Amino acid sequence: MSGSPAPLVGMFDCRDAFARTVEALAIENPRIVAVVNDSVGSSKLGKFRERFPDRLVNVGIAEQNMVGVGAGLANGGKIPFVSGAACFLVGRALEQIKVDAAYSGANVKLCGISSGVAYGELGATHHSIEDIAWLRAMRELTLIVPSDPAETAAAIRAAAAHEGPVFIRISRMPVPELNHTDPFVIGRAEVMREGSDVAIIATGTLVHRALAAAAALADLGVSARVVNMATITPLDEEAVLDAARDTGAIVTAEEHVVRGGLGGAVAEIVATRHPVPMRILGFDGFQPTGAAEWLMERAGLTADGITRAALELRNQRQA
Amino acid sequence: MRRRSIQMVFEARQGHPGGDLSAIDILATLYFGVMCYDPNVPHDPGRDRFVMSKGHCTGALYTALAGAGFFPEDELSTYLKPNSRLNGHPNRTYLPGVETNTGPLGHGLPVATGIAIAGQINAAAYRTFVLTGDGELQEGSMWEAAMLAGHRKLDKLTAIVDRNQLQQGARTEETNSLEPLADKWRAFGWAVFEVDGHDHAALLGALAAPTAGKPRCVIAHTIKGRGVSYMQDQVGWHHGVPTAEQYAQALGELTLEEPDA
Repeated sequence: MSGSPAPLVGMFDCRDAFARTVEALAIENPRIVAVVNDSVGSSKLGKFRERFPDRLVNVGIAEQNMVGVGAGLANGGKIPFVSGAACFLVGRALEQIKVDAAYSGANVKLCGISSGVAYGELGATHHSIEDIAWLRAMRELTLIVPSDPAETAAAIRAAAAHEGPVFIRISRMPVPELNHTDPFVIGRAEVMREGSDVAIIATGTLVHRALAAAAALADLGVSARVVNMATITPLDEEAVLDAARDTGAIVTAEEHVVRGGLGGAVAEIVATRHPVPMRILGFDGFQPTGAAEWLMERAGLTADGITRAALELRNQRQA
Repeated sequence: MRRRSIQMVFEARQGHPGGDLSAIDILATLYFGVMCYDPNVPHDPGRDRFVMSKGHCTGALYTALAGAGFFPEDELSTYLKPNSRLNGHPNRTYLPGVETNTGPLGHGLPVATGIAIAGQINAAAYRTFVLTGDGELQEGSMWEAAMLAGHRKLDKLTAIVDRNQLQQGARTEETNSLEPLADKWRAFGWAVFEVDGHDHAALLGALAAPTAGKPRCVIAHTIKGRGVSYMQDQVGWHHGVPTAEQYAQALGELTLEEPDA
């Protein structure tokens, strides 16, 4: 393949909303600083650096130090947005995220950029599809996975206003702006479409695909609820239980491995409090090289894939 | 302070007495001769900060924090008991005076560097001190922070190395040698001072000397288990609990050493 891909009309890279919002917050609040690991470009913080050169701390290629420095800046009264590629930020600095941020209760905002399989061709070293599982194990760390630019911006603002450690998983995979029914609130799921036959609980880049699946299912006479689970920790357990009670069948979808992510979080609630049949959609282990969208299709993380899983569930229930 | 920290380990039946005794003169010098703080306002933005990077030496740290007034000395008897604020490794959400949670090695210097950067951005006057073990300098994250602190010329940051030559399993130089240690810090852009870490006057001098715009490293040459004859320079006392007989002997020896304590 050669040449540039066709422009994706009406699709957006959430990093732009992230960078714009951090800049806007920095204008409003002198405590806002950014910390990067030589990732000014990939975090799209070039304008921030031009505008606030003294408030951008570039630690170089050193993720462990980046998180520790972020915790120290919080100790010194700053509100640091610590931003780097999710694969390195989480994998390399997991103990610092645990001890310096989560266990210490430091007021640090960790931003995992280009999460999931956005770096498709670069291979499994650069995919960040284990991060939700690793981070979700810590109840003390708020974990947000926004679905589109508006929700990314709202999540960044909410994180700045929240006292305590927050991780925001930010995608670079193009997504459309969605029609949100509720404003973003940490810990509250959003029912974006009502439905009674099956519930699709999705997060991040899978939310718009879940909405497309629900539309396709409606054409087939299946009424599907779509729940945008933008906050993984703390999980909106009531929204999960409502979905289980009202529909009796749940499909989860995430740009993440099928172990320990959103699917695991939902299953923990469903299995112990209101068992219903489930399908967990995600990646089954390390992924090969290939374009992000190809990897998503291969794993069934598409509107078609979600539709198929929902139909299988319904058929299983009717059998 | 030595006697109190040995008492804590004896009563709790757990702890790291060797490192407590090598670090305790450094802590005494910082808390009672150098740092500016008000224990009644532990989060005062202008306070000097101390970060215990060698977080396992809580016997020494808690003795110093109690002496400094951050919590009642009576509470030292709860050390390591269920639900005590005096956790095996320090926790800032439990105890005032603790700046960041430590325990795993290699965390304190990066956090202290961040504290110092916040001060640099604000042109604040406060100083940041961090006490590291020597074996701890085998952790790569320490050198990530050392490099950044040198690069940013964080002259209000001081790292003190408790250079007792011993790590948990053996001598540092037999395990993964640190020497030439002073040259390493100088190469990372730090002003380096080497002193006897049990000599309070020498520590005070090194902590006050000018650094020409560089972060300060004080390599404090210490003796693990200092003051208790059977613990001194013995790798076996990294952690360990004295018997009743050993405890009585330790208190006796430490009374001779610190007659005015």
